Amino acid sequence: MLDIRGLTASIGDKSILRGIDLVVPDGEVHAIMGPNGSGKSTLGYVLSGREDYTVTGGSVTFNGIDLLSLEPEARAAAGVFLAFQAPIELPGVNNANFLRTALNAIRRAHGESELDAMQFLKVARVETKRLSMPDDMLKRNVNVGFSGGEKKRNEVLQMALLRPKLAILDETDSGLDIDALKIVADGVNALRSPTFSALVITHHQRLLDHLVPNRVHVLAHGRIIRSGGPELARELEKTGYAGVLAEAA
Amino acid sequence: MSAISTMGAAGFLARFEALRDSLPGCAAERAAAAESFRALGLPGGTSGRRSEAWKYTSLRPLAEADFAGSTADTVHGDGADLVFVDGVFRPDLSTTVPGFTQFAEAPAFGPLPRPDRDPLVALNTMLAADGAVLRVPAGVNAGIVRLGSIGTGASAFHPRHMIHLEQGASLILLETATGNGAYLHNPVTEITVAEGAHLTHIRLQDEATDAFHLATIYAEVAEGGTYDGFSLILGGRVTRTEIHAVLNGKSATAHMNGAQLLTGTQHADFTSVVRHAEPNGTSRQTVKNVLNGRSRGVFQGRIEVARHAQKTDGYQMNQALLLSPDAEIDSKPELEIFADDVKCSHGATVGELDAEQLFYLRSRGVPDSEARALLVRAFLAEALDLVTDEAIRAILEQRVDAWWERQAA
Repeated sequence: MLDIRGLTASIGDKSILRGIDLVVPDGEVHAIMGPNGSGKSTLGYVLSGREDYTVTGGSVTFNGIDLLSLEPEARAAAGVFLAFQAPIELPGVNNANFLRTALNAIRRAHGESELDAMQFLKVARVETKRLSMPDDMLKRNVNVGFSGGEKKRNEVLQMALLRPKLAILDETDSGLDIDALKIVADGVNALRSPTFSALVITHHQRLLDHLVPNRVHVLAHGRIIRSGGPELARELEKTGYAGVLAEAA
Repeated sequence: MSAISTMGAAGFLARFEALRDSLPGCAAERAAAAESFRALGLPGGTSGRRSEAWKYTSLRPLAEADFAGSTADTVHGDGADLVFVDGVFRPDLSTTVPGFTQFAEAPAFGPLPRPDRDPLVALNTMLAADGAVLRVPAGVNAGIVRLGSIGTGASAFHPRHMIHLEQGASLILLETATGNGAYLHNPVTEITVAEGAHLTHIRLQDEATDAFHLATIYAEVAEGGTYDGFSLILGGRVTRTEIHAVLNGKSATAHMNGAQLLTGTQHADFTSVVRHAEPNGTSRQTVKNVLNGRSRGVFQGRIEVARHAQKTDGYQMNQALLLSPDAEIDSKPELEIFADDVKCSHGATVGELDAEQLFYLRSRGVPDSEARALLVRAFLAEALDLVTDEAIRAILEQRVDAWWERQAA
């Protein structure tokens, strides 16, 4: 699915990713943990093509294609989805219109027919129901006046509709209560299949209780300093990062 | 015809001398207007007087243009009820509209326009040959009337429109201005809205690329009446939309909203003045500019509140979205408030498309140009949503989409 080799990236003249090597096989969920400022969010942005980061070295192969050569919209069409840590507000853009525009853009890229407003609403209502989202969230402007939890759920709704092959969840659990956390985890679990993988960026073990990862990686200072099974997340929850960091130093 | 005599202020004055005996209406008013025009000149022209009202807009290109004549025989009506070609009513292209008469047949200059102050109004008063006079009787809902202007060739025309809504009457007036050529369209529209009457005045200015469009509108609103104006400005080379509204009765309302979408080297000036003369009035001036290429937008907005116009509620907002580093906006808000118990606010913003919003959309698979279109539409939504009639708003949105497609092409 995803093969990252020696990836380095910077913003301005500040180097943030300093050689990431990471392979996520088909059908696996990998968690990325690590202290603030270690480069976790940057990794998500670089994979989805945000322009303010400069890739200075390394390669990213996604299902056999050179991901870094693609525009953000082409990456999305290829199946990459980033759930934003701080979802962007779009005043004046109706959420249903936004979701339909995105879904139809992806469908068009796949040579599928576009959905009209009625067809779309039918599809969307199935997902909003599953995510326990009130119907009026489709009518409101994108993320405007949404609570933190509503914004995160709206990201998961987008993921559910766009059906990516690789979902990168950037602290989608932060600011969620236990119930919302479970809904988000269920949303991801519903997509789990041999052709779906996820990179889950998180600070906390609790999301991983519901969304059990195949592998856990610890990112520090722009490098993966340790990888392990789900038990690594539990160990970090107990001991914090200090031990791992000292070990790696 | 010598080249000099058709150009600039002198050209218009020469035209007046040639036509003065054949023009309809009061000869003395026209002669007085001609004297004013001679004294004021064209703003920005060589003999033009400098004035604060024309601080950001120069009519030098107009002064240097040659208006040799029309090519009116080649036009087709565009679905309007009342069609004017080069400022002249065309019954053959129009339908019957109750309460309509031609200005040429019933020429009268009303009390609102100020030819002594406004050079373009002086020019209009001097040379107005025709126009639409529309009267909606008390209590009548006249529905939608479409008033279309088509400009051709190198014509210069100065239509004089009068719209009168009697007590409790209502009307949606949809004005469209289109054409083909390097013409001057210089309309003056005089509007009176009587007690409890409601005029929705939608103006769709989509003139030819080389055309000049200089419109002046005067609206007087009586107690409980509403003037609800919205202008969508798309076309023309140098254009100005100047609106003067006076709230002359209690609890009257004036909306002078609009959107200007400009590209290339277009220059568009939106100038609006609202005078709250009586208490409990409401006014809104929400004007959005989307500026591409090397275009220049101008907004001048003024709210005047008389001493006893207490409980006035005035709001003014001018926003510009610059799609190009070479585009420019000049914004001049003015408040002149003599009453002490009023709610008046104004604001102005200038910005570019938000990079984070653009990335968010693209990361969802929306192609760059489509994402930009969506954000431009979102920026305009706050203004377009002020057009409450859904069918009319749909017409305007369609024009906005077409404009965007031309930019993206």
